[in-house]
Amino acid sequence: MAGNSEPLSPRAKLAVTAGRAAAAVSRAAGRGSGSVIGGKVALRLDPDLLARLAGHLDVVLVSATNGKTTTTRLIAEALRATGEEVVSNALGANMPAGITSALAGGSRARYGVIEVDEKYLAGVARDVTPKAIALLNLSRDQLDRAAETRMLAEKWREGLSGTKAVVIANADDPLVVWAASSSPNVVWVAAGQEWKDDAWSCPSCGGVMQRPGDEWFCGECGFRRPTPTWALSGDHVLDPHGSAWPIRLQLPGRANKANATTSAAVAAAFGVAPQLALERMYSVAAVAGRYDVVSHQGREIRLLLAKNPAGWLETFSLIDAPPAPVILAVNARGADGTDTSWLWDVDYSRLAGHPICVIGDRRLDLAVRLEVAGVDFQVCDSAQEAILACPPGRIEAIANYTAFQDLRRVVGN
Amino acid sequence: MSDTSLRVVWVYPDLLSTYGDQGNVLVVERRAQQRGLDVQRIDVRSDQQIPTSGDIYLIGGGEDRPQRLASERLVRDGGLERAHDNGAIIFSVCAGYQILGHEFVNDLGERQPGLGLLDVTSGRGEDERCVGDVLADMDERLGLPQLTGFENHQGVTHLGPTARPLARVRLGKGNGTGDGTEGAYNGTVFGTYMHGPVLARNPLIGDLLIKLALDVNALPPVDDRWYEALRGERIASATQPA
Ligand SMILES: [Zn+2]
Repeated sequence: MAGNSEPLSPRAKLAVTAGRAAAAVSRAAGRGSGSVIGGKVALRLDPDLLARLAGHLDVVLVSATNGKTTTTRLIAEALRATGEEVVSNALGANMPAGITSALAGGSRARYGVIEVDEKYLAGVARDVTPKAIALLNLSRDQLDRAAETRMLAEKWREGLSGTKAVVIANADDPLVVWAASSSPNVVWVAAGQEWKDDAWSCPSCGGVMQRPGDEWFCGECGFRRPTPTWALSGDHVLDPHGSAWPIRLQLPGRANKANATTSAAVAAAFGVAPQLALERMYSVAAVAGRYDVVSHQGREIRLLLAKNPAGWLETFSLIDAPPAPVILAVNARGADGTDTSWLWDVDYSRLAGHPICVIGDRRLDLAVRLEVAGVDFQVCDSAQEAILACPPGRIEAIANYTAFQDLRRVVGN
Repeated sequence: MSDTSLRVVWVYPDLLSTYGDQGNVLVVERRAQQRGLDVQRIDVRSDQQIPTSGDIYLIGGGEDRPQRLASERLVRDGGLERAHDNGAIIFSVCAGYQILGHEFVNDLGERQPGLGLLDVTSGRGEDERCVGDVLADMDERLGLPQLTGFENHQGVTHLGPTARPLARVRLGKGNGTGDGTEGAYNGTVFGTYMHGPVLARNPLIGDLLIKLALDVNALPPVDDRWYEALRGERIASATQPA
């Protein structure tokens, strides 16, 4: 099933062309990459375009609250080891329009590796008939407008029941396990999940979850952690044959080792051996600006995106030890979610000892949060001011979504 | 209050800690400690018994199914009513507020009994969810500055004769009854729809809970600079058109 064996219908071709034209106009007008507007135009002309485009590909879907953009990239790199072309929505446009636009660019590809927004997973999975679906984690995110976390798991569960795809799912996240266990063919990965506060209540019966060591189970109905066949163990991937493969990513942090482990399990489903898959992943140094280290004003600023409590928790565990200065940036614009209450679910006492500068539209929310956490901080009115307040050398900059984009612009990334 | 420390109980973090309301515990804890008080924070999961000798009980918001489970378990436990009889102060938010009333409508669409510690009855509104910043005037008997918070709910809460509205909204929905009321209280039991978390936006309400628990009229001042800055910004932002 290499390349486009069946030609696209005239209607689908027209839709692709119209989409490209709209994207080009959008780019020329300076409104971003144009991939979303292009996809919208194309989908309006041919609502089945997504299914038609995907029909020529072996599709992998990746969904999660955190880590889906990075994992999509890692899987795409691993599958390139086959020598086949891979098409992917590498910039994170993860709703149907953005996905359509990305796939329209891959006429010679065999594989489509597609990040999907959590809310759209069931629908996209129905449209594109994926060969594999990777499910990493589910946790609270944008509570002012998102569906409840457990409801999302329920939607996944309904949407994936009876799927022909092999589902590669995190055995350490009870909500993911609940969602995946309706699928006939699941590969369980012990990928870890530091954040536990969205799964104390059994997704099946509402009983209280017990969590001795790495295990978890519901005391009431017996719903429990499945036995994984792949695992992240320290700095190694353990494969189903019991072999341990070292992980030497350029990307920092435990969460990315987990993403690499899941990616290796996905690659294996397409016949790529773990060692080969992992070696391909080592080439990834940054993903859509995330983890990039940018030189600016004599400082080396590492750009870290963290959008929700689980993301901040994982990020705190990867930054350099004190006295490395930390810039925290929080906005509450539409794309971030307009409620900042989630800042109170993040344990900022873990930043004690770091010089901290806070910036962003909602820096005063952060200021009160840090004052109550009893850690020292400084409030700055701009990113520029915060950067200059830090001594020359490494700065860890952690920002939520639009604050991250603002920061990238300031440091010219 | 026990002999040595202020006992602050955080009720059911496994079910009712979804919207950052544990910030209310952190604010009470911090502001009590800044006054030189020893604080014992007690987190009680929903498979544990509610202690009856706490001084301040805090209950947060949660999603619809956890709210049903929490109310079932609290009614069965009975500890919160006994704590209330012992004179404890109870402060609740959103789903927790509804649970303290006579009844609410649960995720199955059924009317479910609450604890009846506040003379309020909650239902579900026909309109879309109330989401956004709220600005309200606190009940004049409380002598507190304006209330600022963030609401995110679909509830409609009617007050009975023994509950007073906590505040009157200038901007936002509050109790959702159309009469401009927000929250309810009766002297020792408080309920509000405000997240934010509400005590981070309104630290003097946190101080009020501490004063009621200690039965004192005043507390030594603390540095409220950042709270004041945040309040100023949120109130200005709520009153200015976007
Ligand atoms: Zn259960």
